[in-house]
Amino acid sequence: MYRLEEIKRAAQGMWSLIAGLNITGKYFLQPNVTIHYPRQEVDNLATFRGHIELIPEDGDPLTPRCISCGTCAKACPSGCITVTKQKAPAPTPEEVEQGIKPKAPKDPETFRLDFTLCSLCGQCVMSCPADAIKFSQNINIAGYSRQDFYFDLVARLRSRLPKHINKAE
Amino acid sequence: MIDPQLLRILIALVGILGFVALNALALVYAERKIAGHVQRRPGPYEVGPHGILQPLADALKLMGKQLTTPRDADPVIFWLAPILCFMPVALCILPIPFGPNLIALDLNLGMVLILAFAGLGVLSICLAGWGSNNKWGLLGAARAVAQNVAYEIPLLLAVLSVAFMTGSLNLATITEGQGTWPWQWNVLLNPLGFIIYFICALAETNRAPFDLPEAESELTAGFHTEYSGMGFGLFFMAEYANMIVACSVATVLFLGGWNGPFAPGWWWFLLKMYALIFLIIQIRWTYPRVRFDQLLNLCWRWLVPLALLNLVYVTIIVKL
Repeated sequence: MYRLEEIKRAAQGMWSLIAGLNITGKYFLQPNVTIHYPRQEVDNLATFRGHIELIPEDGDPLTPRCISCGTCAKACPSGCITVTKQKAPAPTPEEVEQGIKPKAPKDPETFRLDFTLCSLCGQCVMSCPADAIKFSQNINIAGYSRQDFYFDLVARLRSRLPKHINKAE
Repeated sequence: MIDPQLLRILIALVGILGFVALNALALVYAERKIAGHVQRRPGPYEVGPHGILQPLADALKLMGKQLTTPRDADPVIFWLAPILCFMPVALCILPIPFGPNLIALDLNLGMVLILAFAGLGVLSICLAGWGSNNKWGLLGAARAVAQNVAYEIPLLLAVLSVAFMTGSLNLATITEGQGTWPWQWNVLLNPLGFIIYFICALAETNRAPFDLPEAESELTAGFHTEYSGMGFGLFFMAEYANMIVACSVATVLFLGGWNGPFAPGWWWFLLKMYALIFLIIQIRWTYPRVRFDQLLNLCWRWLVPLALLNLVYVTIIVKL
């Protein structure tokens, strides 16, 4: 009985071997699912989480939507964001006469990101009250030194780098 | 005057070495392409159109690399092994009839010559593992010896079953004994013998799923761990050359050699041989590697008894 059982198992094993060859044979004839990377890109880049970048105002592509509140810097578990506010401009003579103090612009002077520390958790994006931060889609980020990954996002926005530029900054 | 027979063998040897080297290049490319497409990726693609020059680049890289001998290794044995691994393969191709007149050495005992020199392969693997003074190498060599000694027996029994049917060990006679059409070939008269031969040939050539002597995941590279450059290259070429020999012999013994419907000739032989090689490559990228006890169980508990039963079956066929 035991022998018969073993022979049956061996026959099933042989059948599974043929089934395996059938599967790889079918896969062999089907088209590739990979892409030729440097020449082609995947089509779901919108879901990619690159380093964060600032979203500009609706009408003004050079001014960030950011209100320099610093919530993102507080929310960041890695402490990699530093926001500095702009100082108020020196009052004009008329303002001095009228006793009005000029208001500082809302948007930040610098928005520094130390990408070497960032873990891409997205706390800053979620906590931002002005919806001013998003993940970039810079998939080809690379650099020669650590300093290449210290970004000033305001300057980055001003320079208006086109998307998917190979250089880090 | 030069002996014409000697001249014939010299020309044949040069031709065979060229054939083997070209085949190694083509088969490396085929193997990587097939592996790629089985896994639904393109395989080598960058060097030349569709990566066709990749094996050439690999060969140049291997030739350019420094040959290093490990400290405490036996230099004579260490460097003898790859040469000893590659040389017998050329001899194994001598008695194979590729076409009606395309045979280098028409021997009465051609099959025995192939089996004898194929047995040298395991010696070279043993020397390579022993000479490199490396624990992985030694383990690979021990596995190779246990495996090849075990699988030699069902292999011989499967070959013997064909010899019973034809009454000859001359490969040309065996080919002529089979007819033009597929149902006249030995594979249908003796299917069990073919399956046993094919499994044993996989084990003898150390191909997956029986590639335990080099088992990357366990032994880094097994017996050729310490070899660099062309030392490794020769083992590599020998592996592919052994595949050619094993598939050629299978073609002659079971698939009717150069016989075929519509214009028999060497093209039928090559077609069948490369079909078998394709199957071997596909098997490598389909099955996981067997464990060592599974390997020996399969041989001693299944293949040897089945091969003996097959001999009885074949003798009955011959008698009828």
